[in-house]
Amino acid sequence: MSITIAKSLDLKGLSCPLPIIKTAKAMKELAPGQLLEAFATDPGSVSDFKAWAQTTRNPLVESSQDGGVFHFVLKKKEI
Amino acid sequence: MSIDTIQKPPIGQPVEQISEKKPETAEKLVIFAWSGELDKVWPTLILATTGAAMGKETTVFFTFWGLFPLVKNQVRITGENWMQKMLSMMNRGGDEHLKLSKMNFAGAGPAMMNHLAKEHHVASPHELMEVAKEMGVHLIPCQMTMDMMGLKREDLIDGLEEPAGATKALADAQGAITLFI
Repeated sequence: MSITIAKSLDLKGLSCPLPIIKTAKAMKELAPGQLLEAFATDPGSVSDFKAWAQTTRNPLVESSQDGGVFHFVLKKKEI
Repeated sequence: MSIDTIQKPPIGQPVEQISEKKPETAEKLVIFAWSGELDKVWPTLILATTGAAMGKETTVFFTFWGLFPLVKNQVRITGENWMQKMLSMMNRGGDEHLKLSKMNFAGAGPAMMNHLAKEHHVASPHELMEVAKEMGVHLIPCQMTMDMMGLKREDLIDGLEEPAGATKALADAQGAITLFI
């Protein structure tokens, strides 16, 4: 099964709170069930994405790291 | 209730069922922005924009020194009488003229701070103020302090809500996370 990413965000170089703000804005555009991926370099974004996903109830389906780049995949919640 | 009656999980049992009950998430964030200094206005705007990004109904109620960052950057002197004018001379308004609460060094401190922020791609207070408006954060100036300090609606930036009083601020704060910065 192939996974389709509906939107990809490059947040590399940005510091708190911009990665989350840009992600929140982009997530608004998605339809329920669609996936958004984001690449960030702010180490604080690891806990921020987790916390954002929990409080907004949009599941964080992936949180990984490749070198200094963090990769997140969020799924827009079903209403 | 005596200590003996408190239910403890038997030894060896996971305590999951206790921690499973998550605290209710507050749907609102209300910040009372009392300070006008760079190092306080900045976190205020970071928290406000983040609150909005988390889907919280977010309000910032600007009062006392906190009003001056709302003055338009190009407006220099505000106030009607000499005391109000003197106040604005000594304490220039605008989100691009904020001072540090310590290590201000006649403006050298904030200049260095802004330089560091640019280097680290941190959004400036001015940029965050714009983001806050865009995200629908309610920015409410305090009517009483505006009157007292001689700040008129036209001295303040666009995109603010109607000036209001303490009752409106406290009514908004019901059931919200509240911060006084």
